[in-house]
Amino acid sequence: MSTPAITMPEADIRWTRPTRGPVGMYCLIAAEAAIFTIFVVAYIFYIGKSLTGPQPQDVLRVPIFFTICLLSSSLTINLAVKSLSSGKMRSFALWWFLTIVLGAVFLAGTAREWSHLIYDEGLTIQTNLFGTTYYSLVGLHAFHVTIGLLALATVSLFTLFGQVRPAHAERAEVLSMYWHFVDVVWVVVFIVVYIVGR
Amino acid sequence: MSTESIAWPRPTVAPSPLVERLHEWVTTVDHKRLGILYILYALLFLLLGGVEATILRIQLIRPLNNFVSPQVFNRMFTMHGTTMIFFVVMPVMFGFANYLIPLMIGARDMAFPRLNAFSFWMTAFGGLLLYFSFVGGDGLYGAGNAPDVGWFAYAPLTSKTFSRGHSTDFWILSLLVSGFGSIGTAINIIATVLCMRCRGMTLRKMPLLAWLNLTMAGLVVLAVSPLTAAQVMLLVDRYLGGHFFDTQAGGSAVMWMHFFWVFGHPEVYVLVIPAFAFASEIIPVFSRKAIFGYPVMVAATMCIGFIGMSVWAHHMFTVGMSSAANTFFVLSTMATAVPTGIKIFNWLATMWGGQIHFKTPMLFCTAFLFQFLIAGLTGIMLGNAPFNWQLGNSYFVIAHFHYVIVGGILFTLFGAFYYWFPKMSGKMYNETLGKLHFWLFFIGFHLTFDFMHVPGILGMPRRIYTYEPGRGWDIWNFIVTIGVFFQAAGILVFMANLLWSYLRGELAGSDPWDAWTLEWSTSSPPPAYNFADIPEVKSRRPLWDLKHPEDPDWQYE
Repeated sequence: MSTPAITMPEADIRWTRPTRGPVGMYCLIAAEAAIFTIFVVAYIFYIGKSLTGPQPQDVLRVPIFFTICLLSSSLTINLAVKSLSSGKMRSFALWWFLTIVLGAVFLAGTAREWSHLIYDEGLTIQTNLFGTTYYSLVGLHAFHVTIGLLALATVSLFTLFGQVRPAHAERAEVLSMYWHFVDVVWVVVFIVVYIVGR
Repeated sequence: MSTESIAWPRPTVAPSPLVERLHEWVTTVDHKRLGILYILYALLFLLLGGVEATILRIQLIRPLNNFVSPQVFNRMFTMHGTTMIFFVVMPVMFGFANYLIPLMIGARDMAFPRLNAFSFWMTAFGGLLLYFSFVGGDGLYGAGNAPDVGWFAYAPLTSKTFSRGHSTDFWILSLLVSGFGSIGTAINIIATVLCMRCRGMTLRKMPLLAWLNLTMAGLVVLAVSPLTAAQVMLLVDRYLGGHFFDTQAGGSAVMWMHFFWVFGHPEVYVLVIPAFAFASEIIPVFSRKAIFGYPVMVAATMCIGFIGMSVWAHHMFTVGMSSAANTFFVLSTMATAVPTGIKIFNWLATMWGGQIHFKTPMLFCTAFLFQFLIAGLTGIMLGNAPFNWQLGNSYFVIAHFHYVIVGGILFTLFGAFYYWFPKMSGKMYNETLGKLHFWLFFIGFHLTFDFMHVPGILGMPRRIYTYEPGRGWDIWNFIVTIGVFFQAAGILVFMANLLWSYLRGELAGSDPWDAWTLEWSTSSPPPAYNFADIPEVKSRRPLWDLKHPEDPDWQYE
């Protein structure tokens, strides 16, 4: 297809467009945010509507340590991406791995909390409305952390085999956007479940 | 514009074996092939949904009819609604968006080709899952073998107690799976429109089709996700024993309604905005004028998108909400009439003083204008809470939204089929058959849906499988059903026309309509890479500039 150029005097205008990776990730984040919104609304709407116990104030303990772990992993992944774009591969691998460890510690915390609630307090997803909404909301978030960890681990694996180069910094950054989103969602979940709901 | 320069020699070697060609289609990531797959898939489901509608109408043709049992009737209206919304109109709109957007913005493919293929196959398997329920829905209980809870599946009808067996689970899973596909495609459309435009195509110079599909995709991202969330909750209720919508344990059935319609109303705009997009491309070309009020069209579309997110509870006036909620949703619903009215006036102003060529695509779009206006007017009636208390859940509602979906969306969709068929197939459709299709469908549509308003006003509720004689509903139901046969005949003529023209039609050439957007600058059908050289544009009508170098558009825009 020859498109004879239509010559116009100011043909030298700067032509920039957004990059597709971040745009796609922002859209995915918008969709995920809508999903979480519905679960958060359901949680808030059903606060105090359970017909039987246990109630949140009786059984929930605030997971401060694990929250600190997850939130600081946002910092470490940021440092990792920065190291990658400036070509410091060793520090990238280290920060990236630390991010995975922090995420995994957070997941272990959720597992410990659930095991305590199920075996010690007798709260399951079937027990009452609190159980249903709590396990769904926290579980949905934990599911997203798991997906994120799998993605991060894949990158780590590639790093181990020397397949990651500074040229990949933009892709790593797109992945880090998802990870930041998962952290932000946790802030909302934390406020709704452990502060407002208790 | 010289199109001969890009006419690639037809391959003289023998065509590859069928298996190989099928394999190419299954593994393709080409936006044009995926677009055509979407469209063919939607046409298949259009036939299925149409057969279901015909069964419903035959059952209602006279009082106390025994064509199908009440149970089958329930399954048919559930399957009809679910099929038509999720597996006909949405996929066909995605198909056209897939096919046209990269061509119109001068790109070689979508932003994420593999995500595109993934999304299509998710949607395709979602549809298969829904129809597999006819075979697999029995479960262990010998209960109903297809979903029978209505397309909006109100709680507590969907609880284990009232929906035994697996039919409802098939419904949930199929919508969940196809929902992932829809969100994937929407993300792809947004990224494509924003990031893949050719040099010079600023947002203010983009074809309206790209703008409107961008809005549609934004709505899909924000509206289909709540449905996904609600379906997950329903699965938790049904499989894990949760209580989200279980009123016995303090849950709320109204909650489901809100979650469903938070999806369900924007969904109407997801379906109708691409239809607006077709009208905005077809009407100017066949009026031989540039679109009237381009920036206002874009602004009005954005307005519809935003307001459309805040009107969902007008589907719930009869549920009994607070008067504050009623007032808010009445006012927001009224507000949507303003941007929609602006669009209708803009299309009329485009036609005004133009040289109108009533080819088949233009016939369909002209009918759309008037029918969509009437659909909007009954929408304003139903958007008033007091009026809605009287006529909610009656056949008046059914007539209203079929006026939108058939009279508005399906008519422009047929217009789009005829308009872009030459581009997609390289062959010209048969104009006589096209006009026959239009008139058959036009008569059938008006017989069915004009007269459907009347039994609604006379008090006939929706979703009843039969009625007593002597309520004054008999003659209206008879006329409504007769109209269905005209529509069915029209659809058959349409399918025959596509098939015959594809096999025997005349070659169309690259630009049969003397149109102005970039897709007409490449050959028909376009090569896999779309454009050998990525074009560069200076105005909204790049081909006009090429054809009329003495008076190009960019001097005025």
